[in-house]
Amino acid sequence: MKLKLPHMHRTMTVHLIAVFLGLAAGAVFMISTGNNPFAGYAYLFKGALMNYERIGNTLATATPLIFTGLSVAFAFNTGLFNIGASGQLLAGGLCATAVGLTVVLPKPLLLLLMLLAAIVGGGLWGFIPGFLKALFNVHEVVATIMMNWIAYWVVNYTVPAYFKGEFLETESRKIPDIASLRVPWLTELLDGSYLNLGFFIAIFVSLVIWVILKKTVLGYELKAAGFNRHAAEYAGMKVNRNIVLSMTIAGALAGIGGLSLYAGYAVNIQIGILPNQGFDGIAVSLLGANSPIGVLFTALFFGILHSGKGFMNAMTEIPPEIGETIIAILIYFAATKILIERFLDKMNTRFVNRISVQTGEVIEKGGN
Amino acid sequence: MWDITTFIFPYAITFTIPLLITSLGGLICERSGVVNIGLEGLMIIGSFASALFISKLYPVMGVSAIWFGLLVAAIAGAVFSMLHAFASINLNANQVISGTAINMIAGSLTVYFARFMTGSGNIQIVSGLGRYNIPVLSRIPIIGKLLFTQTYTTTWLILLILLGSWYLIYKMPFGLRLRSCGEHPEAADAAGVNVKLIRYIGVMFSGAFAGLGGALILVTYSGEFNGSVAGLGFLALAALIFGQWKPLGILGAAFFFGFASTLANVSQIVPALSQIPGLILKAFPYVVTLLALVFFSKSSRAPRAAGQPFEQGTR
Repeated sequence: MKLKLPHMHRTMTVHLIAVFLGLAAGAVFMISTGNNPFAGYAYLFKGALMNYERIGNTLATATPLIFTGLSVAFAFNTGLFNIGASGQLLAGGLCATAVGLTVVLPKPLLLLLMLLAAIVGGGLWGFIPGFLKALFNVHEVVATIMMNWIAYWVVNYTVPAYFKGEFLETESRKIPDIASLRVPWLTELLDGSYLNLGFFIAIFVSLVIWVILKKTVLGYELKAAGFNRHAAEYAGMKVNRNIVLSMTIAGALAGIGGLSLYAGYAVNIQIGILPNQGFDGIAVSLLGANSPIGVLFTALFFGILHSGKGFMNAMTEIPPEIGETIIAILIYFAATKILIERFLDKMNTRFVNRISVQTGEVIEKGGN
Repeated sequence: MWDITTFIFPYAITFTIPLLITSLGGLICERSGVVNIGLEGLMIIGSFASALFISKLYPVMGVSAIWFGLLVAAIAGAVFSMLHAFASINLNANQVISGTAINMIAGSLTVYFARFMTGSGNIQIVSGLGRYNIPVLSRIPIIGKLLFTQTYTTTWLILLILLGSWYLIYKMPFGLRLRSCGEHPEAADAAGVNVKLIRYIGVMFSGAFAGLGGALILVTYSGEFNGSVAGLGFLALAALIFGQWKPLGILGAAFFFGFASTLANVSQIVPALSQIPGLILKAFPYVVTLLALVFFSKSSRAPRAAGQPFEQGTR
């Protein structure tokens, strides 16, 4: 008699428990600042979902997270850890903003050119660590951390020098409407929300990534390199090329995230910030089990946490950082999910034992 | 030119010291076999704990509150680093994910509580440490002006800790055990070393030192907690790699990076330096670290078992 849950269900159970624990930890912090967690969460979800405009804003907030989540997940599938999504997002966002502020073209062509610029910028920021990994065996974690800060300083000096804002030194000029992913019909449809074309690009790209990973030879080779590099090499696959390719694609994905963040959700690029979206992407990917579909849903959930916190802060005394805190704790639970797995195993064997006692059936110990 | 150099040097040293102590913490941690990219977060914890302590107790205790604040920061950092130690050592979790979680929890949770307490999310301290010229030494030609004027007591304290750590790592039995856990934990285990305990101690060193580093930023040049240490934790990580996991190496690397950053910072206020491209100076530490990784890719001194979980009974 086997009561072990199928693999997919089990992963989902573990992740749902992790999410529940993350929310519970958030509740503890709400209580510790003298607030009612039930009211807090009620306002949080209300703030994210109570009308069309807020739903639109939630989707717009989730959009960059979908891209960075896909970026991290894609690299993970090749056994690479991309913690450079922040820098890639900045690089892509900077390139897209630069095109949006300087080139004059009809809107569809301009957006296409900006998309291309974002892919090139983010792709380059992913290509370099991939190249260093393939050729010199430089660990991609260290390389992407360095690339993050190089991007940070490039933006920090390039934006004030070439694209300085009208009023503030710390941000670029506002991009014109013609270079924005926001389109009038969508904004009107959702009562003036920030929802923009980026969200639809994100859905489309998720599907493309799913197809690449599941249905193509390339995806198979990339995953093979992740599972066992030497076996893949022995089978005649070009592992080095695949590492470079995987990091470049991951970078490009985060780069498009930059486009959707700075030319869709926002209207300009800020300096002095290494965007959190890149690191949130790690959590999105982990909780989404590194699959494009999982990434999509996790990003939407994180979008709710981020976009509802402002309303919650207005209605209660809870500081808005609770959103970031919950996500950060979720990353920790994702890292330590083996605890949850052990707990589930324990419950499972206890359950099995009880049944076997009742039915008098003898089963092998540790049947899983 | 000489005037500018003597003007910059004390600032560069002040900027370098938090970097150095954090990097040293990372060194002891990685030498024990645990990768810690959560240094940035641990610095934030130290900065927060000391800001809280000093802002509350300075009116009561006076200057001694600052010194106790540094101690509190080190303890807070060490305690918080236990999260990373537990995940990496007991659960064999991915150390990069755990470190990232440390960074993010520290960055958000401290601001959450700071905002609850002050409303703005910033905590200011009334007074930091004072600078002074060291009596006799500051009158030595050249060196005196560069090294012994406008210094903080903490600078010398940190250099002493560096010296002590060097002795600990290379000359004491504990250091040998520490290094063996980072190079070949199975052999260390066979020789009777408690690998998990040593690694716990290694991680706690990094927590305490990074916490101290974060607090030093507060009491020497920033004077205010604002929920971030502006990437210094990652700069310390770069210094650790560029210094090739050696105490004297990271002393050189930290000063090298500290000087470049300071030069970029002051170039905006010193007309003679305004021609210096800030971007190149600021991005320089990260670029040279990447180059060092390429250059040393065949002969890297990275602890061989760093980042790998240890399971008793494997060979």
